[in-house]
Amino acid sequence: MTSAMPTLAVWKFASCDGCQLSLLDCEDELLAVAGRVRVAHFLEASRAVLPGPYDVSLVEGSITTPDDAERIRRVREVSRTLVTIGACATAGGIQALRDNADVAEFASVVYAHPEYIATLATSTPIAAHVDVDYELHGCPVDRRQLLEVLGALLIGRKPNIPAHSVCFECKQRHNVCVVVAHGTPCLGPVTRAGCGALCPAVSRGCYGCFGPAETPNYAALESVPGSVFLEVTRRKEQS
Amino acid sequence: MPEESVLLDVEALPRLVGELRERGYTVIGPTVRDGAIMLAELESAADLPYGWGVETEAGRYRLRRRADNAAFAHSAGPQSVKDILHPPRARLWSADRATGSVTAGPDEPPRYAILGARPCDLAALGVLDRVFTGGAHTEPIYTARRDGAFIVAVECTEPGATCFCTSMGGGPDARDGYDLAMTELAGEHDDRFLIRAGSPAGAEVLAALPTRPAGTEVIGEARAAVARAAGAMTRSMPDEPLPDLLAAARESPHWTDVAARCLTCGNCTMVCPTCFCTTTEDVTDLTGEHAERWRRWDSCFDLDFSYLHGGSVRTSGESRYRQWISHKLGTWHDQFGSSGCVGCGRCIAWCPAGIDITAEAAALSAWRASEEEPC
Repeated sequence: MTSAMPTLAVWKFASCDGCQLSLLDCEDELLAVAGRVRVAHFLEASRAVLPGPYDVSLVEGSITTPDDAERIRRVREVSRTLVTIGACATAGGIQALRDNADVAEFASVVYAHPEYIATLATSTPIAAHVDVDYELHGCPVDRRQLLEVLGALLIGRKPNIPAHSVCFECKQRHNVCVVVAHGTPCLGPVTRAGCGALCPAVSRGCYGCFGPAETPNYAALESVPGSVFLEVTRRKEQS
Repeated sequence: MPEESVLLDVEALPRLVGELRERGYTVIGPTVRDGAIMLAELESAADLPYGWGVETEAGRYRLRRRADNAAFAHSAGPQSVKDILHPPRARLWSADRATGSVTAGPDEPPRYAILGARPCDLAALGVLDRVFTGGAHTEPIYTARRDGAFIVAVECTEPGATCFCTSMGGGPDARDGYDLAMTELAGEHDDRFLIRAGSPAGAEVLAALPTRPAGTEVIGEARAAVARAAGAMTRSMPDEPLPDLLAAARESPHWTDVAARCLTCGNCTMVCPTCFCTTTEDVTDLTGEHAERWRRWDSCFDLDFSYLHGGSVRTSGESRYRQWISHKLGTWHDQFGSSGCVGCGRCIAWCPAGIDITAEAAALSAWRASEEEPC
């Protein structure tokens, strides 16, 4: 019986571990997950590692070293379905700030012996290296979405992962628009839904942790009252 | 006016809410939440937004304190009657593997009384009635909520800056589609309502309230206030058949201009009191033993909305804005026999980019006029 259960593997690349933690954070549903999948490789949860191949792999983090660029290929080879989780895995993460800077200079400032550091000049998403079946955005990913994808894969249906704006979720949960009613800068109109409009629900502007919506119109944000883009443009013009 | 109007003092508003609650209604009305007028269940009339007014402009909505204590002298917030009768999410059916049972429909809805519906909301209800109940197949979720609903309309004496109901054939006066209609006469020292019934259910509730006869002077005062509101509206649609305009404007270069400003965020469709489009989502639990199909609001600004096999039909912002406004002002007439726009102005106020449907229609009209000029 147990041997027929689908296997789940969780992999970490350059990241903060927060997205893997979202899986352990599924406290109420964790036993249900454990009852439906065999956790075969999840170092944050257990030292026990089962050999592949794996039915579902959740991949956290971005590719920043030559070793990782090789390792992700091996992960892909042993994974039937590969789902990337979080901003690092789907977009390169905060560490992608290096992409437009001098990594050698960074390393010389941070490390006592930068000569020991083998790193790439860029931080790239998993999809830049291997085929990815589904992407879950967010920093960290949304627990509900993670369970939705796992549930959908277990039963063999298409997961609901909408790519429209956060505004859809705001209006459907009856949040008051923080841009229109408060003049608060908010990236919601250009940001991908999925979080359930968390920040606007507590009267804070969206800061875009889910990344761009399907067809973001950044230029149009400049016409939005209190727009952060407008502020950026103004400062550029002043300097 | 269809029924005789009588006077109801503001002190009697709790009685109105109480009478409705005693009759088993869940009373929904305007309240203040997070800096806007939001619809919520009223435990009592004390929850109403006494003394709050609203300033609206394209892309802007601000509450302000009024000099008087009026309960309904505010512009509507982002929500409308649609939010109650055509909810953002509704379960269509659920199924259990163990028992093999399939249960259709959502739970039995409460009977709603909606207090403070505006005349534009009444017009929107008329539109939604035609959409959901006008064809061969009635839509059950809306119908179940609509059939038991009790509507208390409040006429407008102060239109918002984004209002243009008069140019859509409506007005700040409640004409039909209500059980009770009120006009608020708020002064610095007193607050009274002229109230009339529009249905037998309304007459029955009205008979239970402590009203007194209204003199012709007060009735004249109320009519004048509503008439002044009609004259105070500053926005309007072009004075020409809008379906013709939208049909003629299909290839206008103006769509590119709108698309440069449009965020395709979908806010206009969700605050529109008549936009009714939905999609479905299947939900399963982790055990795979329980499945549900849910319906949720969708929008023609969503790329997936026009997804056919192989891809989306309307990928550009141009095509999506054109679809929305062409349906709303144009092809809605062919489909449902009226305009889809009631002139409430919500899409103008709640567009984060401040796109103004009246200004866009005017721009299309100007373009058309220039095209038709002899060279």
